[in-house]
Amino acid sequence: MLIGHQPKEFLLAVEALTVSFDGFKAVNDLSFYVEENEIRVIIGPNGAGKTTVLDLICGKTRATSGSIQFRGKELTKLKENEIVQAGVGRKFQTPSVFEDLTVFENLEISYPRGRTVFGSLTFQRDAAVKARVEEVAEMIFLKDRLDTFADQLSHGQKQWLEIGMLLIQDPDLLMLDEPVAGMSVSERAKTAELLNRIIKDRSVLVIEHDMKFVEDIAHKVTVLHQGQILSEGTMEKVKNDPKVIEVYLGH
Amino acid sequence: MIITSRFFNRSELIGFVALAVVLFVILPLLLDVFRLNLVAKYLTYAFVAIGLVLCWGYGGILSLGQGVFFGLGGYCMAMFLKLEASSVENTKIQSTPGIPDFMDWNQITSLPLFWQPFHSLTFTILAIILVPGLFALIIGTAMFKRRVGGTYFAIITQAVAAILTILIVGQQGYTGGINGMTDLRTLKGWDIRPDNAKIILYFVEVVLLFACIGIAQFIRLTKLGRILVAMREQEDRVRFSGYSVANFKIFAFCMAAVFAAIGGAMFALNVGFMSPSFVGIVPSIEMVIYTAVGGRMSIFGAVWGSLLVNFAKTSLSESFPQLWLFGLGGLFIAVVLAFPNGLSGIWQDYVQPRIDRLLAMRKSKPKNGWRDNSVADGAPAE
Repeated sequence: MLIGHQPKEFLLAVEALTVSFDGFKAVNDLSFYVEENEIRVIIGPNGAGKTTVLDLICGKTRATSGSIQFRGKELTKLKENEIVQAGVGRKFQTPSVFEDLTVFENLEISYPRGRTVFGSLTFQRDAAVKARVEEVAEMIFLKDRLDTFADQLSHGQKQWLEIGMLLIQDPDLLMLDEPVAGMSVSERAKTAELLNRIIKDRSVLVIEHDMKFVEDIAHKVTVLHQGQILSEGTMEKVKNDPKVIEVYLGH
Repeated sequence: MIITSRFFNRSELIGFVALAVVLFVILPLLLDVFRLNLVAKYLTYAFVAIGLVLCWGYGGILSLGQGVFFGLGGYCMAMFLKLEASSVENTKIQSTPGIPDFMDWNQITSLPLFWQPFHSLTFTILAIILVPGLFALIIGTAMFKRRVGGTYFAIITQAVAAILTILIVGQQGYTGGINGMTDLRTLKGWDIRPDNAKIILYFVEVVLLFACIGIAQFIRLTKLGRILVAMREQEDRVRFSGYSVANFKIFAFCMAAVFAAIGGAMFALNVGFMSPSFVGIVPSIEMVIYTAVGGRMSIFGAVWGSLLVNFAKTSLSESFPQLWLFGLGGLFIAVVLAFPNGLSGIWQDYVQPRIDRLLAMRKSKPKNGWRDNSVADGAPAE
């Protein structure tokens, strides 16, 4: 345990986090720390608990015990929407965009204003909103598709749209679950470019299997296995860790 | 993007005008007072259906208990009318004059406390809105904050409808029991029974209906309307975009309840009585069918659905009383299987494109400069 450290330096401090589903501990006494502007990649074999960790941080799953501190706030006690408002954004593994709404409307809903019932009734689509939506749409390569309904987008475009929806939230911690999975080679390259641009000025927690992609972006890699940390450090260190080679990379 | 800031797009404007002409001009001119009063009765369900469009069509919250709110609104109105009809001189043959007749029959000797404020019309109007609104708020908070949704929510609303019916039937002395509140006569001294009163009440109702249509359309066009659609599709994505999904569901459910209650109150006024047979499970499901037949995504469709299904119900149940229920059930199954967007969906998919094509053909014939304009004008309707 890293008790000697000063927790305030970290953007995110996960300590002794445990969640058990009917006795099965999907995440078991997990501790890790993410610094400001750090890009952390979580890798590990299937069922290692990677997605569960993201679910726990964003409040989708409730922890059985342990704590998650984000900028000194205890996230395990907050509701999902409060966690978002605290500055944590989450992208899901399968693209989850609003297919019956246009690209513009998708982005607009994520714009961080008018999030209460009354606020959304009185919400005005003013110049600031439009400018921001157009700016983000340009970043995610969808500028000329603002009026397209999201169900007409390709898989890759939907992924970009969801990334754009997170971007417009402007979170301090961005969590991405397999952002390049299921993408074509050209889409993958564009996504890497996009991610490299948006991860500036914020911390990012990424789950990814694509090792080349991981090597490209990761500052630090955490390897999970059976709900626990198997190894942690730079990509170089992790790659040469015999335990990691045995359970994951060796395959 | 500028387009959505308009209150009605072109096809909605046509729908609005068509409905207004039919309800304000054609039906009153065409029908005798008896039939017009029947239309007024059908239209009370249109209020419920508009609420269901917001709540079910847009928000994806299927409530099979809208009869509860229709009933609460109707009973609030009926209580006021009943009290006025039970003045001391009207009821002097009772053992306790001045209380509603059914109370007297049930050996109740003084007006119960919760009936007292219904002497005031202002209180009654507030109660018509607030009682169902608060009740929906309580149910909605209890359910949606605990993430009860979908089928489970629908079943619970059914249970609430059953419970309220049993309560009303069981508490005869306070509610009039299975017979309901009958013999409603005057509103602030104005007799609601003669023909001219029925005509005035019809127009009052249509005006209120259009007010509700306006409110529903306003909500639909705000960001809240888009959040409802978003919620129906990807509840989690809305939650992780920083919204409290429960609050939005509660809002939609409360709005639907208030609309239903206004319909119920107009029912008591137009039909002249209120009974538990408009509260329970069967009427609640019928209200959902009206919405489904009209089109659960269309505010105007919901109004047409209520009118047409009820019209069919009246005419068919007069000739084939046994068959009608099968017909209604079959209609619902047919709509769900073949036309999930109901009549308005059929209109949009089959009729509207043809009209557009006809218009485009006629417009493209004159000078060339014209055409570009007409295309630009036509585009927003898509």
